[in-house]
Amino acid sequence: MFIPFFLELKAAKVPVSLREFLTLLEGLDADLVTYDVEGFYYLARAALVKDERFIDRFDQVFAHVFKGIEAVSGDGGVDAANLPEEWLRRLAEKHLSEEEKKLVEALGGFDKLMETLKKRLEEQKGRHQGGSKWIGTAGTSPFGAYGYNPEGIRIGQDASRHRRAVKVWDKRDFRNFDDNVEIGTRNIKVALKRLRRWVRAGADEEFDLAGTIRSTAEHGYLDVRTRPERRNAVKLLMFFDVGGSMDDHIRVVEELFSAARAEFKHMDYFYFHNCLYEGVWKDNRRRHSEVLPTFDVLRTYGSDYRVIFIGDAAMSPYEIAYPGGSVEHWNKEAGHVWLSRLLGHFPHAAWINPTPQNHWNYTHSIGMIRELFAGRMYPLTLGGLDQATRELSR
Amino acid sequence: MHFDGTDAYIAEKDLTVAVNAAIQLEKPLLVKGEPGTGKTELARQVASALGLELLEWHVKSTTKAQQGLYEYDAVSRLRDSQLGDARFNDIRNYIRRGKLWEAFATDQRVVLLIDEIDKADIEFPNDLLQELDRMEFFVYETGETIRARNRPIVIITSNNEKELPDAFLRRCFFHYIKFPDAETLSRIVDVHYPGIKRSLVNAALAQFYDLREVPGLKKKPSTSEALDWIRLLVADDVQPEDLRGDAKNALPKLHGALLKNEQDVHLFERLAFMARRQG
Repeated sequence: MFIPFFLELKAAKVPVSLREFLTLLEGLDADLVTYDVEGFYYLARAALVKDERFIDRFDQVFAHVFKGIEAVSGDGGVDAANLPEEWLRRLAEKHLSEEEKKLVEALGGFDKLMETLKKRLEEQKGRHQGGSKWIGTAGTSPFGAYGYNPEGIRIGQDASRHRRAVKVWDKRDFRNFDDNVEIGTRNIKVALKRLRRWVRAGADEEFDLAGTIRSTAEHGYLDVRTRPERRNAVKLLMFFDVGGSMDDHIRVVEELFSAARAEFKHMDYFYFHNCLYEGVWKDNRRRHSEVLPTFDVLRTYGSDYRVIFIGDAAMSPYEIAYPGGSVEHWNKEAGHVWLSRLLGHFPHAAWINPTPQNHWNYTHSIGMIRELFAGRMYPLTLGGLDQATRELSR
Repeated sequence: MHFDGTDAYIAEKDLTVAVNAAIQLEKPLLVKGEPGTGKTELARQVASALGLELLEWHVKSTTKAQQGLYEYDAVSRLRDSQLGDARFNDIRNYIRRGKLWEAFATDQRVVLLIDEIDKADIEFPNDLLQELDRMEFFVYETGETIRARNRPIVIITSNNEKELPDAFLRRCFFHYIKFPDAETLSRIVDVHYPGIKRSLVNAALAQFYDLREVPGLKKKPSTSEALDWIRLLVADDVQPEDLRGDAKNALPKLHGALLKNEQDVHLFERLAFMARRQG
């Protein structure tokens, strides 16, 4: 019945499933909305769209698929060629009484009726009221509204509500929410969950049921046992490349950051530019005044920290290979010296690169960093994150 | 059962369609929207409009799905057994019902509000899939299955802090309460403060919408802030003429009700400063 609509939604990448489509049909079956395009629009939206991001796309598809309805209820006459027959038939079949059904038979069956309707719609010019043939209001014709056949096929109610409804989806109020996210925070979190190692550490605060039972049975009196709570013991250190070519990837990196922030208790982060040198910083606005020596980072964080670098690794090869190669300052030691020093201290490290993997071969510096990281460079996709966390949790 | 909004709650048509669909087809309704647009209030109003009891389950970051079903209090039972209390023979004495069980067990249909589901752990909605879909769950300790006698009207609110899993979304109706337009907002004000001076409302709402339009606000004021602010204006007996003010005074009167963030207040002070310099 509305299958083309459903398929067009799918084609427009609105995530709809068959289950939701059946819910919509169930809703129509339960008479939640009748003769009311606007109501139908709202019901379809509530049943099929589950995120405000997709409402705009839904509106566009709806406007496209049900263009015919707009024509039927518009002031400017009825566009018979575009009359959505299935829609009318469904509404009509549902609400015709036995007597009316007989009348339909007398007129030569439903198909004939639709034919006649179309013909009359073509013949009719302008508004019509009363009478028994033309489509209009308060007449005895089975077509029209407020007539002897009030539950017939209602076309163009006077309070042109359909037109207003059309505006509702043509307004496209939800345009701002559509953002085509491929890799959402939730997905990132799920990927990061792999990086978990449960350890019982800290104060004995949790009631240990099994331990209490065992101990009680052993002693013969109630011996309450407690144990430390289970905590995620993974510690994470993240280094973000900022500025320059990284500006293109800022949104997805922000998402990764916020997901990691929420997921790990022991998590710290630093910024660097292009390649790691003797200093990193925590606040981008004060990157020149509050630089933290990289040696301090090495001394502060133990080698049990997992380290993730996020950067596109796109730079001039000199920035990695030679002293003084940095674009921002004079570095006494080359970038690769610092990177290998860090990798020597933190055995669990990975580099996540937001550049698509098939472009990696075109940039020489990416290959150099990859070599330094012994191949542990992964693309910033769900698959890549998965591989990276697998590598880090070894 | 049919919901059309109440005297104290203006419901747009899109909202009533979604609510009625959820009532009729007995599926949960997920409501999202900016903070302060009346998501939680919706459940209360649905309950009062239909004359049903409302059960509220407020979700926190530590809430587990199991707590909504039931909790087995093993410690009390252990203690009672030591003290020789006869109650400990029946495990049922130590099973505490959760909100969902309460909602399932009532004789009459109830409205169940699961408030701020996005605050809980990321797996929380997944753990409730079957329970909300089939409206039944199994109690391992006693081996019985709890089935809803009357499927409750479930209203779930979310502030979008976490994305909800697809499998969960598929089982719900969804409605996004968008920020009301000026006409609806003035109707909402009328409902809350009947007999208020028209001119004051118009001036206040004009200023309110201007404020929302300012780019770079951390937290845009929403419906509930507008209502609070108008109440303050009425209490202070502010005249509409005073309210309009001039360009030199960018901060609205009693702005504390509207701007909840010192950065936003600073932003406005800077705007005021620039306006003064130009003038």
